This record gives sequence, C-alpha cells and structure tokens, in this order.
Amino acid sequence: MTTNIVQAAYIVSAVLFVLSLHGLSKHEKAKEGNAFGVTGMVIALAATIWLAAERAENALVTLLLIAVAMVIGASIGLWRARVVEMTQMPELVAMLHSFVGLAAVLVGFNSYLSAEGLTGSLATIHNVEVFLGVFIGAVTFTGSIVAFLKLSARIKSSPLMLPARHWLNLAAVLVSTGLLVWFVASHSVVPLLVMTAIALAFGWHLVASIGGGDMPVVVSMLNSYSGWAAAAAGFMLGNDLLIVTGALVGSSGAILSYIMCRAMNRSFVSVIAGGFGQEVSTGGDKDYGEHREVQAAEVADMLKDASSVVITPGYGMAVAQAQYPVAELTSQLRKKGVNVRFGIHPVAGRLPGHMNVLLAEAKVPYDIVLEMDEINPDFPDTDVVLVIGANDTVNPSATDEPGSPIAGMPVLEVWKARNVVVFKRSMATGYAGVQNPLFFKDNSQMLFGDAKDRVEDIIKAL
Amino acid sequence: MRIGVPKESRPGETRVAATPKTVSQMVGLGYEVVVEAGAGQRASFGDTAYQEAGAAVAGPDEVWPSDVILKVNAPSDEEISRLRPGAILASLLAPALSPHLVERLTAQGVTALAMDAVPRISRAQSLDVLSSMANIAGYRAVVEAAHEFGSLFTGQVTAAGKVPPAKVLVVGAGVAGLAAIGTANSLGAIVRAFDARAEVGEQVESMGAEFLRIEVEDEGPSATGYAKEMGEDFNRKAAELYAEQAKDVDIIITTALIPGRPAPRLITADMVASMRPGSVIVDMAAANGGNVEGTRPDELVLTDNQVRIIGYTDLPGRLPTQASQLFGTNLVNLLKLLTPGKDGKAVIDFEDVVQRGMTVCQDGQSTWPPPPVQVSAAPAAAAPAAVVRPEPRPRDPRRTYAAMGLAAVLFAVVAASSPAAFLGHFTVFALAVIVGFYVISNVAHALHTPLMSETNAISGIILVGALLQIGSEDPVVRTLAFVATVIASVNIFGGFAVTNRMLQMFRKD
Repeated sequence: MTTNIVQAAYIVSAVLFVLSLHGLSKHEKAKEGNAFGVTGMVIALAATIWLAAERAENALVTLLLIAVAMVIGASIGLWRARVVEMTQMPELVAMLHSFVGLAAVLVGFNSYLSAEGLTGSLATIHNVEVFLGVFIGAVTFTGSIVAFLKLSARIKSSPLMLPARHWLNLAAVLVSTGLLVWFVASHSVVPLLVMTAIALAFGWHLVASIGGGDMPVVVSMLNSYSGWAAAAAGFMLGNDLLIVTGALVGSSGAILSYIMCRAMNRSFVSVIAGGFGQEVSTGGDKDYGEHREVQAAEVADMLKDASSVVITPGYGMAVAQAQYPVAELTSQLRKKGVNVRFGIHPVAGRLPGHMNVLLAEAKVPYDIVLEMDEINPDFPDTDVVLVIGANDTVNPSATDEPGSPIAGMPVLEVWKARNVVVFKRSMATGYAGVQNPLFFKDNSQMLFGDAKDRVEDIIKAL
Repeated sequence: MRIGVPKESRPGETRVAATPKTVSQMVGLGYEVVVEAGAGQRASFGDTAYQEAGAAVAGPDEVWPSDVILKVNAPSDEEISRLRPGAILASLLAPALSPHLVERLTAQGVTALAMDAVPRISRAQSLDVLSSMANIAGYRAVVEAAHEFGSLFTGQVTAAGKVPPAKVLVVGAGVAGLAAIGTANSLGAIVRAFDARAEVGEQVESMGAEFLRIEVEDEGPSATGYAKEMGEDFNRKAAELYAEQAKDVDIIITTALIPGRPAPRLITADMVASMRPGSVIVDMAAANGGNVEGTRPDELVLTDNQVRIIGYTDLPGRLPTQASQLFGTNLVNLLKLLTPGKDGKAVIDFEDVVQRGMTVCQDGQSTWPPPPVQVSAAPAAAAPAAVVRPEPRPRDPRRTYAAMGLAAVLFAVVAASSPAAFLGHFTVFALAVIVGFYVISNVAHALHTPLMSETNAISGIILVGALLQIGSEDPVVRTLAFVATVIASVNIFGGFAVTNRMLQMFRKD
C-alpha cells in the first residue's frame, strides 16, 4: 500500500519536473515552471521521508536525523542563493554541480555497503551500477570544484598543459575499466576505492586542462554529468524517479554543451581535449592597419544622433561589473527615442545565458535582449554598435578568413553597422588568441579603459 | 624640438597648417610650437586662440628657423632659403611633378616630407591629406555646382507646379567622387557615377548613387590603390557612355586623376556642346589639365550653349576652417608617427614604408622616388583556386542505419541476460532521455542560466537515495547518508531559490 502511494507520488513528481523544464522555454511561463519544480520536489521528498520512516527500525531517530541534515543543508543553500552576485552565477552553478557529484559518490558507497544478499546477474548489474555511479559522481565532483576555482579566479584559468595529457586521460579510463572487471568478479572494496581515487584525479585533470573561455561548455558538460550520476544512483537503488530526473538533467546538459560547441564551431571532443588558444598561431604578423581611438564625449554625441543602437556585451562587461551603467545608458537613450537593443552571442560570458541574467539583474527588459540570429540581419541598418567586453564573438575573421583558427564560428556581424565603438582595456587578443580585424576597420573606433568607468563617462556626457 | 607654422604665402591660400586644437595636441607630444602672427586669420583662427592652446605667436623671423616646419603648400624658393639646414619640412610637395623643388630642398640640406606622397595603405590613412582634402573638395564641388545651377537639386511637387530633380553624373569614385555623390544625394538629386575600377561599384551604391557599368574584358584591380590608364577598348566604350550621359544630366562632376600624369581628357567639346543650356560641369582635375575640354584652371567658363565649366583648383580652401582642421590633424598624426617616445623629438625611420615613402630628401641626398609599396590585395585573384575546399561528403545514410542496427543487437544481447527489473528501469531511462531532449530543445537561449540552476536543483533529487539510507543501522552508511543529505539539500534549496531570484529579475517593458 505504502509503496504504491510512494510510486504514485514519484510519478506525479516526474511529470511535474518535465513540466518545470518545459516552463523555462518562455519567459512568461518560467516562474510557473519553477513553481512546478518546487511542488514536484516537495511531493517526492514527503513521500520518501514517509517511506524512510516506515522502513527504518527507529523511525524517530531517522526523522530527527533527516530534519537536522535538511535544515543544515537548507540554511546553507538559501543563504548562498540570497547573497550570490549575479556575476558569480557560474561559480555557484559549478559548486552546486560538485555537490551532486559528491552525493552520488556517497550514495554509491552506501549502496555498495548495504546491498547484501544479491546474487547472480542481479548482483553483477548492481555492482556495475554502483561502479558507474561512483565513477561519474567522482569525476563530476572534482571537475566541478576545478571549474568553481577557475571561475572564481582562485586558480589561474589558463589551461594546464601536462605532457601526454591525452594519454593520461585514456589511461584513467582504461584502468577504471579494468578495475570494473575486478570489482564485479571479486566484489571487493579495494578496486572501488582505487577507481574513486583515479576518477577524482581524472575529473580534476579534465577540467584543469580547459581554458576559461570554454567554461560555458565545461559547466554544461558537468551539468550533464551530474544528471547521469543521479540516473546511475537511480539504477542502483531501483528508483524510477531518480532515473527520470537524472535523464532529464543529463540530456539538458548535453544539449546545452552541444549548443555552445556549435556556437564556437568546434567539436565537443576538441573542447574537452582542452588547450585551445595555445597551439594555434596568433597570426600577429599580419598588418591590419591602425586603430582609431575615440573619447567618451564623442561616443555620447554619436549616440545622441543615432536612431538605432545595438549593444553586444561579453565577459568583459561581467568582469567590470558594467551592467548597471549599461542599463542606465540604455534607459536614457530609450527615453530620447533611440531604439536600443542587445545582441547576445550564445557563448558570451562563462555560463550559457550569463549575459541575459546580468542584464535582467540591471533591469533591462528582456524583450530588447536578442539572440545572435535575431539581431544579425539588423546590423546594416544600425547606426552605432557598442561592443562592451566582447572580442572573439564579434571577430570578422571568422567569416572572412578561411585560415583563421576561429573560421566558421558564427559571430555577431557588428562591422556591418555604420559605426562600431569597441570598449576595451588594451589591444590584447581575446580568448582564442586571434587578432581581431574589427578594431582596424574604417567604421570602428576604440574606447580604451575600464568598461564601467567609460560607460559612466558617456552617461555624464549625455 | 620647436615646430614653426608660417603664414601661407601662395596667393589665394586660405588654409593654415595648424589650428588651436592641433597645437594643443602637438604640445602634448612634447613639442614647443610657434605660429606666425596672422597665420590662421583667413581660416577664422585668431592669434589669441593659438596662444591659449599653448603656442607662441611671433614674426616670420622667429618661425622659419624652427626644427620642424609645417606648411600647407610647397615653399617658394625664397622660403626654402630661410629653412635651417637639418630642419624637417612637411607640406604638400608634389615631388613627381616638380623636380626643381626637390633639387632646391635637397641643396638646402633639409629633410622634406611630402604630405601628398603618403603610401595608400590602411595604416597611413590617418595622415593622408589627399584623402582629407579630396573629401572636402568633393563636398564643395557640389555646392559650387548648386550655386551656378539655375534650378533645384531636389524634386518637388508644389502648388506652383512640379520641380524635376537634378541629375548628377560623378566621374571617378575616389574619395572626392564619393563625397560629391553623398552631398548631391543628400541635396535630393538623382546621382549616377562611373569609375574605371569596377570594384568600387559597391561603395558608390552604398552612398546612394547608381553605378554605371560598361562591358569590357577585366583588366584586374590596380596595385597602387589609384586608378590606372585603361586600354583602347575600354576608353572607346567609356566615351560612348559619357556622350550618352551628357545629353541627359544637368551636372557633371569629374574627379579623374592619375598620379604623376596629366589628367585624362574624358569629356570632349562635342559632349559639352550636347548638354542642355544651364548645365554645370565641375572639373576637379583642372589643376592637372582638366578632364573636360575647355576647362581653364581657377576660372568659370561659359560656353556658347550656356554650359558653365567650373575649374576652381582651390575647392578645399573654400572651406578654410574645416580644411585646416583636417590638414592639421593629418600633420599631428604624422608627428605621432615620428615621435614614438612622445618626448618632442622627431626621428625618421626608413624601415617604416610610410615614412620612407613620404621622404623626398634627407641630409642633402635626394630620396625620391621611394621604392614602390604594394598596397592592394591584388594577388587575391590567384587565391580562389587554392581556397576551394572539397565539399564535405554527406554521410552515407546506410552507415547510420547499420550503426543503429548494431547497437540494437548489442543491447539485445545484454538485455537477454539481464533481470526484468533492470529492463523496466532502462525503459524509463530511455524514454526520459528522449523527453528531456525535446523539452530542453525548446528552452530560450536567454533562459539557459535559470535552466542550469533549475536542473541543478532537481538533480538534488539524489537526496531521495540518501534519505532511504539514513535509517540504516550501519553507522558508516548512516554517516555517509547524513552527509549526502546535507549537501543534496543545499542543492535543492539553493537551486530553487536562486532560480526564483533570477526569474523575478526578468521583466518586460
């Protein structure tokens, strides 16, 4: 009876989770979607706690332990969610991924320790599930921690280039496979522990060898792994809700990774293999001509006379915390009747959709924040484009120079506008290490300095 | 070092080589600047304005011995003798057309930089006075034409009758031609343009004019960035085009120049005679002999059939304030190039093609003409052959089907030896992956960050696993489950809360 009710609750939860993700497809339904997710979670947890209390020999202690653990977790979680800066969202997301990974490892070990009495093929399958769950969980755990450290600039974000790094990765996978065979045959804890250690090191190395600009792919990849880890836990516990949820999250992360890779015109493998931007030649000997510098007051004049302005932000805007002055500038221009819109490249920032969240935080209405495909046809009719902290995502060599390392990457075609103002700290190259001919075009001008200060100067001049 | 800016001596010259704005920039580069009294008067720059910008104002005797002399026109013989040997002179020199001037400057022992000999490469555009002056001249040419033209440029329908728009033909789509096209277009005229270089057609169209084309064998782009002399066939067809257009248009503006040669004769007396009375021709090449038969430099000629041919050679000087500002800025950009240290010390680097190309003489040695600079991307003509890449062959669909079949067979083998419970779970898993794929594919890019934190929160569902283990009697299992519960709770609560916080921020106008 209880089991049936719990199963029913799980099915309802699974449906609610699907609806929750579906809600996120549109801004209007997004809040509703989140509410579905919360409801689904409450139902699932209530049913599970009931089941746990009924199964346990000492229900009271069990409930008490659950309550204490959840109160601790809830207070940490809610506190982080309240205080996190929107620019730090990538770090927070990476950290949360690591928690799922660690939980999967712990649940996996528990499942191994408490699963006595299975025999034959059931035991084999259970062991394989435990092994895979722990492996994925451990890789997710350390990988996410490295991603977190890189994103929060606690360690350098440049790729770690160990000699023979591809062989190291391959060896880790092969040795783990060997340990799996041993583990299934012997049911001993040793191969499981050795594999855990290897998987932890493997996850660390995997992400350490990927540079900062590829973080959108890495974070979505880890998102995917955290889902598969949950699904693996579902298999070992025979819990369909975990399997469904894990599969949803896993495919979500996989699709996000795919979108990010396509936006960079790179294969998933080449991103994960790491080290982009180090092996390619920078092509720095090519003479693109001279850039022109412009002052904030002149940009203000240009904006006053413009009828259509597009702003293309990049990671630099997040670093300079310039989203508030940018929003202020936007609202001032809109009051003057200037048509201001934003063009967001899929890989702008360090997290898929990062720029949208920053702009939303600064109260920029989302209906003027457009995607690359929506804004690209409008550039020829645009008077002024402000490129704030973006570089590779507005590089014309992606379309013009077949030999360029970023050739074929879809980019924001800002150079088709009448005027382009590039906000930049210096003439340094972007993440891909490729010189940007945009800076030397006749219709583009450079505004050097901290993006936030410069935007504030423009607002003053207006 | 001290920079001297003398008053221009050529009769009718209104421009000056420095304005108060450029003076302050030169002071910023570490130079001391002395301007001759009254130098900027005709360009509306008073002596006090120069002083306020940081220059000294003095008589010619103090200006001419300076280390650097900035001028608009080439110095006269008398002025050359006032130059201090070793000084640097920068002005228009037209070295290819005036060998005598080059000899005199060489003999005087000065370093002479010809502002009209800047190589046409993108890096040097900021010091190219030919471009900046041509731009102004093109604008003024239209204004002069409008002044002489007896009708409106723009078409109107009024109560007093219909006004037809003027038709303007611009020959030569260089900087001057493009400026003329833009100006005539903004006055409302119907503008057509022709240029021997078919590749400028796009620029012409972008300025709002119709680009006239003639069919000849392609002779390839010129390598120097300027137009070159064309072949027989081309010239004959172009002449036919001019003759046809002359009958139709009201205004013709010609800008065709080939450096170091007399201007090509494009519009013959017959064509002029075929134009409607009251038509206006502005011959911007008048100084070099003119593109139009019957042009006289610096004069307005009225032909027998009442066509006015304007041959003014001082078109930029007719807008002295702006012309001086642009000329002055070109000179400042030159000084920036010569003063890499911003320490007020000008040095000429012969390794730099721009500086080498401009230098006419140095230390008593003539350095004219400079080695040629290849500026146009002309070799690109050969490149397309190499660029053509083989089309990626579409994958054979049979291979995909074979792979799918193989996967199905493999799975069947594994499934055959698996217990039913596992297969049940696997069914759920496979379907959930497919559902996930379709649901997530619809998520807006803008909501990807909330999506990630939402999926983060729901992947905290692993808490369910931990909760079921926490009741275990085994203390190790219990402890591990407790820890797992804590961290999974962080995920659930933190994930949902932060998603909600983000979604609250998204707002519509």
